[in-house]
Amino acid sequence: MKEKFKSLWQKLFGDSVRAFGVVSLVFLVSLAIAPAKNHFSEWRHYQHGYLKMIRNRSDAVTLQRHFQGGIQQIWLPDLGVVDRCTSCHVGLKEASLTDINVQPFRPHPAIPHKLDRFGCTICHRGQGAATTVAEAHNSTLAWEQPILPAKYIESSCGECHGGPLRGAPRLNQGRHLLSRYGCVHCHTVKLFDGKIMKATDDPPALSHIADKTTRDWIYAWLKDPQAYAATATMPNFRLSDDDARDISAFLIANSTPQPGDTATLSAKASPDPAAGASLYGESFCASCHAVQNAAGNLVGGDVGPELTRVGNKVKPEWLQAWLRDPRKYDEETAMPHYRLSDPQVATLSGFLLAKTDSDLLANVHLEAATPEQVAHGKRLVSDYGCASCHQIAGVKKPENFAPELSRIGSKPVTQLVFLPGMQHTLPDYIAAKIKQPRAFGQALKMPQYSFTPAQIDSLATALLALNDRSAAFPPSLTMVATPESDYQPAGKAGKLMTDLACFSCHRINGHGGDMAPDLTWEGSSVQRQWLMDFLNSPNTLRPSLIRRMPRFNLTDGEINELTDYIMTVYQSPSVDRDSMPVSGYPQGEVELGRQLFYGKYACQGCHIVDTKIDKGYIGPTLTQVGSRLNAAWIFQWMKNPQALRPGTAEPNRAMSDEDARGLTAFLMSQKGGGKSEAARTKK
Amino acid sequence: MIRPSLTIVILFTAVLAISCWNKTEPVALPKPTAFGAVIVESSGGKQTAQQGSPLPQPIVVQVNDGQGTAVPGALVEFRAAPGLTIDPANGLTDSSGQVTTKVTLGGMAGRYQLTASSSDKAGKKVALTIEEIALGYQQTLGRQLNDQYCERCHNPESTVERVSNFDNLEIKPHPFTDGETLNKLTDADLTAIISHGGPALNKSALMPAWGNTLSRSDIQALISYIHAISDPPNRNAEPVYGQN
Repeated sequence: MKEKFKSLWQKLFGDSVRAFGVVSLVFLVSLAIAPAKNHFSEWRHYQHGYLKMIRNRSDAVTLQRHFQGGIQQIWLPDLGVVDRCTSCHVGLKEASLTDINVQPFRPHPAIPHKLDRFGCTICHRGQGAATTVAEAHNSTLAWEQPILPAKYIESSCGECHGGPLRGAPRLNQGRHLLSRYGCVHCHTVKLFDGKIMKATDDPPALSHIADKTTRDWIYAWLKDPQAYAATATMPNFRLSDDDARDISAFLIANSTPQPGDTATLSAKASPDPAAGASLYGESFCASCHAVQNAAGNLVGGDVGPELTRVGNKVKPEWLQAWLRDPRKYDEETAMPHYRLSDPQVATLSGFLLAKTDSDLLANVHLEAATPEQVAHGKRLVSDYGCASCHQIAGVKKPENFAPELSRIGSKPVTQLVFLPGMQHTLPDYIAAKIKQPRAFGQALKMPQYSFTPAQIDSLATALLALNDRSAAFPPSLTMVATPESDYQPAGKAGKLMTDLACFSCHRINGHGGDMAPDLTWEGSSVQRQWLMDFLNSPNTLRPSLIRRMPRFNLTDGEINELTDYIMTVYQSPSVDRDSMPVSGYPQGEVELGRQLFYGKYACQGCHIVDTKIDKGYIGPTLTQVGSRLNAAWIFQWMKNPQALRPGTAEPNRAMSDEDARGLTAFLMSQKGGGKSEAARTKK
Repeated sequence: MIRPSLTIVILFTAVLAISCWNKTEPVALPKPTAFGAVIVESSGGKQTAQQGSPLPQPIVVQVNDGQGTAVPGALVEFRAAPGLTIDPANGLTDSSGQVTTKVTLGGMAGRYQLTASSSDKAGKKVALTIEEIALGYQQTLGRQLNDQYCERCHNPESTVERVSNFDNLEIKPHPFTDGETLNKLTDADLTAIISHGGPALNKSALMPAWGNTLSRSDIQALISYIHAISDPPNRNAEPVYGQN
């Protein structure tokens, strides 16, 4: 062996010339490694593949002209972007490659941002400077931020854009759910614009709970809120029988009677199902409350709680007092104060109390609570942070009850404890935690929500947007949401509007719900007499709607007060109510309008003027529009409906003044035989 | 001298073979108790959802015998393009001969194909291909606009919440899934009819002009949505992801 080695050494380094040659060769080879590595690099391989792919296409010449070889880079110092993704993703900007379904050659789908101005990693994350697939897409030891799975991509929109964003439905839903399901009661969420997210679920105060319901019901509810109502907001805390027993004992013991005489039953609940159902229908309770029908489908709105088993829950005395004036029990409630008569209260409460499920409380047998149980219940209430959501007399709302989530999207993977078998990425962790919080430890307090997989994805999307990068963007690069207005009407009318909960459905000056039309400029829109008749007895304007304005049984004085206020205050600066008359248009103009209505603009597709021939079912019925709307409003509406009511479905036809005047004349001639139905029956 | 190296080579090959064989071993499938002759779609095909999201409805397929009677206990396997997740990926048909599975779309916009297959008595494979539509950013935007402005007339189906105006119209609009008709129109035609109304292409004035209400990019989004959902598919639609 030694001999052999010696002779080899002699052969290579025997004399200086030989040694020089060998060493040179070694140098040459080692120098060639770098160019060779470059030559066989991944991006070069993909660029060759791309050129081969486009060679036989009909648009090959154009594509080849656009093609630039070598490492490509998008460098945006403002955003901190150095993205070399386009070195492999060569066809990113080639719109004609839509038929290609292999990566990395797919063109980028249309988005509102230009790739050159935003780069790739701003939305997709991953490592922009890398030039190999593994380094760019996956997480490495030094780089924790792998490429974002496509289903969470909208979270990147949320890093710069606040508020609802058109084109990012998943992000919008996620943000909505964070508020709607009260996540932000316990978890503080500070958005990039510095605002603290507020909850919108409005959990009831529990200080007078014994007035409202029984301990048995509280027990059943605590054990499984979704058994009472599948749509319940409250999550399941997975309480043991004993814990539920003790919490219910504490809540009842802690409850004080509501001041005022609400706990007396003034009228006997009348069990007349037919009359009850028709009053429930007439009052349009279903616009806000849902009830499960015989087929198991929920019918009705989701503003108020589901009423399928409400008879199991409420005490008859409380229900009657509530129906008489809900604001006496809960000042902030979204429920309007219907001015129901005593017989109506009796009928409606009888109807609602009959909505029971005999199984719900069948297995609840609680014995009288002991003081120890009450004390234990109080301890549990503070342990589980009940007061984070509910107001409970004697229990302070805990501060920062759960971890703050303002930077959750940047949480290092090394700090997370994963479940066995799950992927070690942050999005998977967040989704799993929302799906089954207690899987991460039985002692954890976070309750079990019943979110659908789509809702979990949305929540994870919204949470991933809360990260360090988002917080670090300078204000010049972010788009802050328009803050929700807290507009409140003033004076007596203002009080009345709060009492009737107008803002639960209507929006005025940027405040309120979106179920019913925006009333910001209602005073310019409608005629005084029509408004009075409508408030007295709301009739149907849009035949296809199932949610309608209820009748509140207002007094004449209240109607006057409201009408005066609306007609005076809610005026649009662009509509001069008195500039055009209510009637007296020349026949020629009316006839021109009729022709435009049926011919050029084909309004009958959506509206009804003549009930015999028109069938349009989308817009309001116009048979009485001449007694309802102001002429100047119609004229301006014809010219640009969206300017008066943003988002309205009526297309802007950019009419000439002449066409708009003709249509106004025609529509103002539709008086529907004088006054409305209600006004006539009243007299 | 040769013997030890040969042993090493043989050992190495054996280890390699075992490890490879282990990898390709199929997951245990439930044992079918019956065999059908055909597999048909019961519901859940051609749904649309945003890319990367679960389909609103599950996919239900049914296995029938030669006479068209449902076969309980037949094994159905689902296979799909990469990116699509199917849960469960196989199952035995229930008492009504059906298998139900939930599908989550992949992260790219386009059509995703999945096949449901079962074997008949002779061991021959019977298969059914189902397509689902994943909407990208632009199509999702288009769908929102469709829901706000178009659907009330263009979708003949009524729901509890939304009554269709289709039947009230003298001249019927084309549902956006009507690929036979709509695929004949170029993008320029569609832009013209949306911007300037039916009369722009000598069609009914009941289709109003939306050019002052919708922006250019809105109209593009709407067209890309129409392309995505039309049946048969539009040639400008996003690509199809098959099994390979």
